[in-house]
Amino acid sequence: MEQVLFKYIDDPEQHKIERYIENGGYQALAKVFKDYKPNEVIDLVKSSGLRGRGGAGFPAGLKWSFVPKNSPKPKYLCCNADESEPGTCKDRVLMERDPHMMLEGIIICCYAINAHHAFVYIRGEFVFPAKRVEEAVEAAYAKGYLGKNIMGSGFDLDIIVHTGGGAYICGEETALLSSLEGDRGLSRIRPPFPAISGLYDSPTVINNVETLASLPSIFNNGVDWYRSHGTEKSPGTKVFSLSGNVKKPGNYEIELGTPLSYVINDLGGGMEDEQYKLKAIIPGGSSTPLLMPDQIDTPLDYESIAEAGSMLGSGAIIVIDERACMVWVAMKLINFYQHESCGKCTPCREGTAWLKQIINRIERGEGQNGDIDLIIDVCGNIMGRTICPLGDAAVMPTESIIKHFRHEFEYHIEHKKCQVKTDYPF
Amino acid sequence: MILTTTTIDKIKTRMARYPSHRSAILPALTEAYRQVGNLNPAIYKEIAKIIRVPYVEVAEAASFYTMFPKNETGRYLLQVCHNISCSLRGADNMLLYIQEKLGIKLGETTKDNLFTLISVECLGGCSAAPMLQIDDTYYENLTREKIDSLIADLRTNAAHKNQEAPSTATPDSDSTDSKDDV
Repeated sequence: MEQVLFKYIDDPEQHKIERYIENGGYQALAKVFKDYKPNEVIDLVKSSGLRGRGGAGFPAGLKWSFVPKNSPKPKYLCCNADESEPGTCKDRVLMERDPHMMLEGIIICCYAINAHHAFVYIRGEFVFPAKRVEEAVEAAYAKGYLGKNIMGSGFDLDIIVHTGGGAYICGEETALLSSLEGDRGLSRIRPPFPAISGLYDSPTVINNVETLASLPSIFNNGVDWYRSHGTEKSPGTKVFSLSGNVKKPGNYEIELGTPLSYVINDLGGGMEDEQYKLKAIIPGGSSTPLLMPDQIDTPLDYESIAEAGSMLGSGAIIVIDERACMVWVAMKLINFYQHESCGKCTPCREGTAWLKQIINRIERGEGQNGDIDLIIDVCGNIMGRTICPLGDAAVMPTESIIKHFRHEFEYHIEHKKCQVKTDYPF
Repeated sequence: MILTTTTIDKIKTRMARYPSHRSAILPALTEAYRQVGNLNPAIYKEIAKIIRVPYVEVAEAASFYTMFPKNETGRYLLQVCHNISCSLRGADNMLLYIQEKLGIKLGETTKDNLFTLISVECLGGCSAAPMLQIDDTYYENLTREKIDSLIADLRTNAAHKNQEAPSTATPDSDSTDSKDDV
């Protein structure tokens, strides 16, 4: 399968600007400056069908087109590198091993939306990826790809690498902006959308690392080439992070529309220990509903995964085998969302705390009759009632686990213990 | 004064790059944490002065971000991921193993003040689980043997360097190696 984002991922020198250029780097940028006006860049990205790789899958070109052309305010681009969705570890690799591809994408995007300041918001724990990006930024300044009058185009751009403080919520675009402004990372009510009023009350585009890294290849090879990969509505390739109970966990780039079974069985080598069968799959990061073993052939594209009842999300495939008690899985997930709720809005702050309390007491063997319905009731009072998607992200896997494995919760409450005692060896 | 001239200079350099000086609050907390190893109100006060914002703005930001310990920790803060992908690869039992090995419970520090053990949410090392972070380094694809040699290396380092330099123990699986680890 053609590798686009991962073409040079095994080249240990690829993170250096000399090697990046040797391998065709910054040619897309030269082409953009020479042949395209900013609005033509937006049109081309629109027609490429590139969709946001952070989780929502929103069309990138459309997002850019919301930035007002005649606003007197400065425009900003924030590259969202706050990769924190459990199961996801792809942006880290792209930043560590091929940071210039992302930078080239950032410059192209900034040119299109007329931004002269871009920020790369990297999660604080990613010290090594951040160092690689910092080095890449410095090298790009030294070679004239950043700073004043880039490649003689008259276009100026500064990039600031900003590291976070260990808060999942800062990967949510409005919380990212709050954090970047020096505040607690609290999400904001939309509208206004960031494209109209974002960072420092100015028009702002927030794009994921992988989305931006996809741009150079689109401009190098053209829309038809890009659209020849993937499906009509989900064109291109995407990196999937495979984790959990498979033989070969890892990051794998595939064309969108490739069956999930190909990633798990062919690339991932199948189940970690063949005596334990597949129990469930989380297809798009911990916030997404489960897929069941009979859905393993679902194509990995936005539409097919949605039809199957889940979401492609960030592309983090978590494989769960039959050694796991699903109450335990639900507990692991809800503990995370409760911990990461920013606390700004009541349904999420209180709701996730209640869910945590109830699910933990079931797991401890102290569950009460009516607890399952109580969980569903609390979920219903969170879903769709919060400022940002974190509340929904807590509800979706929880509801889905109960839908498919209600009997394990019932068993827990009745027998005060797990039906399958989770005990993954170490 | 707690913050050194070097740290203050770093904060000022960063501040100058942002369109708004308030944006330097989080970078300042990061720099202070890198120097001191934890954060406290006296540090917030110094940062507030450098960035020219009220003390409370620094304190409220600091209290939000869990990456910066607010109390003293041992020389090495072992941050073990306990989220789903690591748990499916034995993180719960790894935590028990480390507790037993160091003779401390979760959240405690060893008597020699060398190790503090905590568990944390997903660190983005999911494809190389189970894993933990110490200082700036991710230690991945962990096994009992790797934990044993890691702890031994850190003890040796601390003894040799009199607890003043950061660990030079090489991560077993630096994420720049083979594609299997990608």
